[in-house]
Amino acid sequence: MRLLRRRAQLLADIRLFFADRAVLEVETPLLCGATGTDPNLDFFSSQFHHPPQDKTYFLQTSPEFAMKRLLAAGSGSIYQICKAFRNGESGRLHNPEFTILEWYRVGFDLEQLMAEVVDLLVTLLASDRSELSVHSCSYRQIFTEITDLDPLSFDRRHYRQAAAEHGLAEANALCGNDHAVWLDFLFSHLVQPSMPKQAICLVFGYPAIQSSLARINAGDPRVADRFEVFIDGMELANGFFELNDVVEQETRFEREMAYRHSHGLAPVAKDALFLDALKAGLPVCSGVAMGLDRLLMVAQGHDAIDRVLAFPFDRA
Amino acid sequence: MATFSTNEFRGGLKIMLDNDPCSIIENEFVKPGKGQAFNRVKIRNLKTGRVIERTFKSGDTVEGADVVDRDMQYLYSDGEFWHFMVPDTFEQYQADKNAVGEALKWLKEQDMCILTLWNDSPLSVTPPNFVELAITETDPGLKGDTSGGGGKPATLETGAVVRVPLFVQIGEVIKVDTRTGEYVSRVKE
Repeated sequence: MRLLRRRAQLLADIRLFFADRAVLEVETPLLCGATGTDPNLDFFSSQFHHPPQDKTYFLQTSPEFAMKRLLAAGSGSIYQICKAFRNGESGRLHNPEFTILEWYRVGFDLEQLMAEVVDLLVTLLASDRSELSVHSCSYRQIFTEITDLDPLSFDRRHYRQAAAEHGLAEANALCGNDHAVWLDFLFSHLVQPSMPKQAICLVFGYPAIQSSLARINAGDPRVADRFEVFIDGMELANGFFELNDVVEQETRFEREMAYRHSHGLAPVAKDALFLDALKAGLPVCSGVAMGLDRLLMVAQGHDAIDRVLAFPFDRA
Repeated sequence: MATFSTNEFRGGLKIMLDNDPCSIIENEFVKPGKGQAFNRVKIRNLKTGRVIERTFKSGDTVEGADVVDRDMQYLYSDGEFWHFMVPDTFEQYQADKNAVGEALKWLKEQDMCILTLWNDSPLSVTPPNFVELAITETDPGLKGDTSGGGGKPATLETGAVVRVPLFVQIGEVIKVDTRTGEYVSRVKE
């Protein structure tokens, strides 16, 4: 019961925070006609039966595309609190259905948005985790500090050696020649556990191969304008200076679709409505998504997501 | 033998790893929001008892290990092997010193144990949680001294040495917790 009240308080505090800043709350469909191409996100799909129509719909993995359609239509800064669904993700920190807070700030660059994320977290956690300190560093800095490797250039021999020195010899067989998989492996196994404790840690300047939907940095094409937020080493939020170049976006879709095809993953189509919106013009903006269940874990000092859900997946 | 996906990894599942039978202790799903999913697994090597951590790509499969636990009665040792029997079928198994390991000092003929079998041959022996053994050697104690403090070493009929209270005498039978190696109580004949 204490937990139910804490969750309700969290939602109320978020709404107050954004009302104060004149950011508009919006709703977009959970059941969508298209989904993202990211090969690392598996989706739930369902059939709409309405003879003679019979169309596949997808439970959203995030509200990103729909919210960008609103931004392109002139909504101004917006936020949404909703459910997102990721197939196959279940574990201590993962529930296949989880609550996301996602917001977009028109006219904000990445730095401004990062500052707002910190403001929000400090406000929301003031009552139970006021001891948290705030750290900020580049991906390259923290990665090199801990692994002694350069995340921006891939030399498999060096990566293999560093992994072996940390007792992770199996990395070589798992990651092969895939630089991005190596980065995921080393970051999650070595960097995250070494992050400062009792701290909000912002990591910015992700390698360009992990740009996702972020812009490539104007000054350094090796990095993307993307940041992530960690608390006590747990991934909590992911933000971008949003890519608004439709040609570049379509190229990234095609690259991911080709990857899906070559790796035997379920095929997906490009989200045409989203591309139309980009074509019409997405305003300069930054956006971020935050896992609210994990934020509750932080607030309540729990180490498993099941502990903050009224009905975890196995009892859903 | 069946194969198991990382999604099926649960505490207690027996798998083959580096050609050794292993038991899974813990399985942690590790996945960056926008990245590759892994399973970080804590595993006990059932041959050496060593615990290691190993990462798999989520969805990878490994071969299961044919490992089963069976209740058996300890019969006798011939010096080289220790012989056990399944009571209802009279099947007999012989375990070598390696498999008997630490259980050696608690084994008394007729006692029931758990034998862990890999491909039907003994891998390890788990003694009962509590055993009752006679004391063969200990310093003469003070009768009536029931104070908790102090204690003294006592050698048991199987060769194990445990600390017992001062009032316990040679020839008495005591109950011992084999998991901690600690004296529990005297046993009234």
